[in-house]
Amino acid sequence: MSWTLIALLLLPLAGGVVVAFLRRDDRIAKAVALVFALAELVLAVLAWVAYDPSSDARLQLTSSVDWIPAFGVRLSFGVDGIALVMIALIAFLVPVVIGGSWADKLPEGRSAGGFFALLLVMQTGMVGVFAATDVFLFYVFFEAVLIPMYFLIGRFGGPNRQYAAMKFFLYSLLGGLVMLASVIGVYVAAADKLGTGTFDWATLVTVTRELPLSTQIWLFLGFFVAFAIKAPLVPLHTWLPDAGAEAPVGAGVLLVGILDKIGTFGFLRYCLPLFPLASQELAPLVLVLAVAGILYGSLLAVGQSDLKRFVAYTSIAHFGFIALGIFAFSSQAGTGAVLYMVNHGISTGMLFLVVGMVMARGGSRLIEDYGGMAKLTPVLGGLFFVAGLSSLALPGTNSFVSEFLVLVGSYPNEPVYTILAAVGMVLAALYVLWLYQRIFQGPVRGTALVGATGGPGAAVDPERAAVPDLGKRELAVLAPLVALILVLGFYPKPVLDVITPSVGATLSEVGVADPVAQEGK
Amino acid sequence: METFLAQAQRLQAPEIDYLAVAPILVVLGAACLSVLVEAFLPKPQRWSSQVVLTLLALAAAGGALAWYGGAEDTPAQGKVTLAGAVAVDQPVIFLWGTLLLLGFGAVLLIADRSVEPGGAFVADAAVRPGTVQDRAQAGRFGMQTEVFPLTLFALGGMMVFVAANDLLTMFIALEVLSLPLYLMCGLARRRRLLSQEAAVKYFLLGAFASAFFLYGVALLYGYAGSVKLADIATATAGTDRSDTLLYAGFGLLVVGLLFKASVGPFHAWTPDVYQGAPTPVTAFMAACTKVAAFGGILRVLFVAFEKSSWEWNGVLWGVAIVSMVIGAVLGLTQTDVKRMIAYSSVAHAGFLLIGSITLTSDGLSGTMFYLMAYGFTTIAAFGVVSLVRNSDGEATHLSQWAGLAKRSPITAAVFTFLLLALAGIPLTSGFIGKFVVFAAALKSGMAPLVVIALIASAVAAFFYLRVIVLMYFSEPAADGPTVSVPGAFTTVAITMGAAITLVLGLWPAFALDWAGAGGFVF
Repeated sequence: MSWTLIALLLLPLAGGVVVAFLRRDDRIAKAVALVFALAELVLAVLAWVAYDPSSDARLQLTSSVDWIPAFGVRLSFGVDGIALVMIALIAFLVPVVIGGSWADKLPEGRSAGGFFALLLVMQTGMVGVFAATDVFLFYVFFEAVLIPMYFLIGRFGGPNRQYAAMKFFLYSLLGGLVMLASVIGVYVAAADKLGTGTFDWATLVTVTRELPLSTQIWLFLGFFVAFAIKAPLVPLHTWLPDAGAEAPVGAGVLLVGILDKIGTFGFLRYCLPLFPLASQELAPLVLVLAVAGILYGSLLAVGQSDLKRFVAYTSIAHFGFIALGIFAFSSQAGTGAVLYMVNHGISTGMLFLVVGMVMARGGSRLIEDYGGMAKLTPVLGGLFFVAGLSSLALPGTNSFVSEFLVLVGSYPNEPVYTILAAVGMVLAALYVLWLYQRIFQGPVRGTALVGATGGPGAAVDPERAAVPDLGKRELAVLAPLVALILVLGFYPKPVLDVITPSVGATLSEVGVADPVAQEGK
Repeated sequence: METFLAQAQRLQAPEIDYLAVAPILVVLGAACLSVLVEAFLPKPQRWSSQVVLTLLALAAAGGALAWYGGAEDTPAQGKVTLAGAVAVDQPVIFLWGTLLLLGFGAVLLIADRSVEPGGAFVADAAVRPGTVQDRAQAGRFGMQTEVFPLTLFALGGMMVFVAANDLLTMFIALEVLSLPLYLMCGLARRRRLLSQEAAVKYFLLGAFASAFFLYGVALLYGYAGSVKLADIATATAGTDRSDTLLYAGFGLLVVGLLFKASVGPFHAWTPDVYQGAPTPVTAFMAACTKVAAFGGILRVLFVAFEKSSWEWNGVLWGVAIVSMVIGAVLGLTQTDVKRMIAYSSVAHAGFLLIGSITLTSDGLSGTMFYLMAYGFTTIAAFGVVSLVRNSDGEATHLSQWAGLAKRSPITAAVFTFLLLALAGIPLTSGFIGKFVVFAAALKSGMAPLVVIALIASAVAAFFYLRVIVLMYFSEPAADGPTVSVPGAFTTVAITMGAAITLVLGLWPAFALDWAGAGGFVF
């Protein structure tokens, strides 16, 4: 019985309740929210220290109590390396997001306290999704986490927020309900086999992998649809650009940084070990979707005229890489995919934040309303560039390590898809650098920076454009992100050490021969 | 004369287990007493006496039930009493408990006089609501109180209905529960024409449904030579009888039952009646009638027609699908809160029917748990609906709910929670209910039905969400409705409904164990 995960779950929930009661005074509410988020970060560090990557235990820091005995549902928590790094990422991103949203302009009549309370409540849900080791409990968190996000988008988002919130919720709910059919199916299969029904993940793995292929395929598809909507794979991605564009910046960071990873995490934790036969049978389908996502997301990112939609489309491309790494079935690619999940949270989170900072200065989401901004805000320009480079996986940044691992690891098994995916790297350079050029390079121009002076893109006098550079708070928010981008770019070993054994265990549960390991023998 | 008396001595009175049927006797006895109160007490004293009498009766019936259920010598598998007319077994005890609790909540809503001064029920049809005379009348006499004995009679009928062990008892119980409901629907103080139209519609269609039911009973008597469920079950096991009588009888009988349960395509009355009836009565109808009707369906299917299931299973599959699709799709187009919940109840009836046709013990306990969960959520939801008002009474048009969260955050939050429960989001009783029913269905090999049900749930979620969007994300209209401060009765009813919705979502173990305690006895 380990209390670490339970504390990690309960602390933000308590924080959310406290902040909700303090929402009359925004300043106190914000400060309290930040204190809770930082305390959570400390707890996450403790969990990281307590986790032993070299141990043989598949799940660690476990705890379990009965919940609904009639159905064998238990409140079981535990983490493997994959879940642990995701929980650490949550604990890292939430304080960053709170700092980043500190001075956000909210829609009229909304209090910052309400915003931060919802953020903290959502944190509990997110930790729960990754920490649950009971499939029923996982489903509960999977759905429950939608509600705070729905309100975050719907109450605090951009002009088209009602539509976006509804679309986000309905997509996820539909996926969740399809998954529920499979969750029940898995339960019934276990009841048939064992006599008593159970939702315990570790027990279910031993049962479901014995199922015949046709059954596995149906059950796999139920889970897969839910996760493919979450991690948006083409063609189930259309909610993300809307939700990402309308969400307030802070919620957007968590949306693409964490919530969408529930999908890829679900592939690794549920689709692969529970249904190994179906996973291998359907891998070509998933790979096609993954590569299509990389190319399609990249091309659409090039063509975007809206900054936030741009970030959303780059994410769709990145999720393609992650899915490729997972379904290539090699330890290098799998490790790369998990590392990619972490790095994408950091680099896209930072990209979202700097985009938000650009928009806070210009008041417009349209790219054409900006130009030559680096002359006015050199520090913001520089940090935007760092975020962009990390997003296009320049060597020396964190994303390079993961993208490289995914491509190298996928090549032996899936050469064609890997080569196609590599095209996405080129496109990434195109969309990032071209965007940077349009917004920051050249003479100062654009209506957003100086008000209307004759059409979009019109040149203006830099002297008249009073646009402040980054303040201390904004620098403090971005500094840890830059630090992680560089540290993980040069020394990813601490994270890889935690991830690798768990990815190896997942692959052995699938039962595929690892091409890289074989070469080593 | 001599011979007649000699025969009379040989006639044996049936043995009656008074303790087992005590809850029914208490409720029906209190109903008769309540009629006397109505007749003999002066008008100003009636409301308080009726409320006390009704609530006490429900509590006493609950106490008697708990005593019987917990007594040492109570047979665990249940017993048949009153010459085989009534069976008191574990499902009946569960359904009686649910009905009494739901009835308690509904009576609280009905008794409330603070939300609408003078109560929600018509006092004097010649006096227009809201006028000086109306207020004077409300001030002098409180509220009209015929509704209390009617409620008790309806509730007593429902309790007999779920326990009836032969089809004639069931028919009489059906009438005892229906007739008061027809009347109660027409009692609305506001929008009387709508209310009276609803009552007439409900009565005419209900009379047809009763006729179908009775005709079905007659044909089944022709088939089995008995109206006892157990005898019909025995008869269906043999093969030398006319299948035509069985099919026709079963079909007509089930149509009558499905009508009461508002299962599509026999749902046509539901939206009109839900909308027209006074909201507290709608709450009572939506929650308790659903429980009673499905209690009856479960008993009939499980006891009498289990062995012939292969003959009717396909038809009820189709009915369940039609009901879910009608409820979910037509619910999308509604602009009135009460009609929307009515269509949602049609969709829920489809889900409940899935559980009922599994014919397994899992299906039985799952369906009963679903009934309990749905009942409490619905009572609380209608309680909230009765609070949102403008000068013309309740503001049930959806557009009037825009921005409600700003005016009344607590009401909006409670209603949001209840809508999420109806949509079946985890951590609410609605989710656990769906889960247990679908799990039972999947175990019985009804995977396609489960998938359709889940898709219907997703569609239905859209219209629940639309209300949440309206309440939270839209700006309130300048002349929008206000939220009345609920009186103690309504507060207690809403709190009870919402709290049980939450508790059944978080710790369903107790209720699940209770629902799964045993099967039918016959």
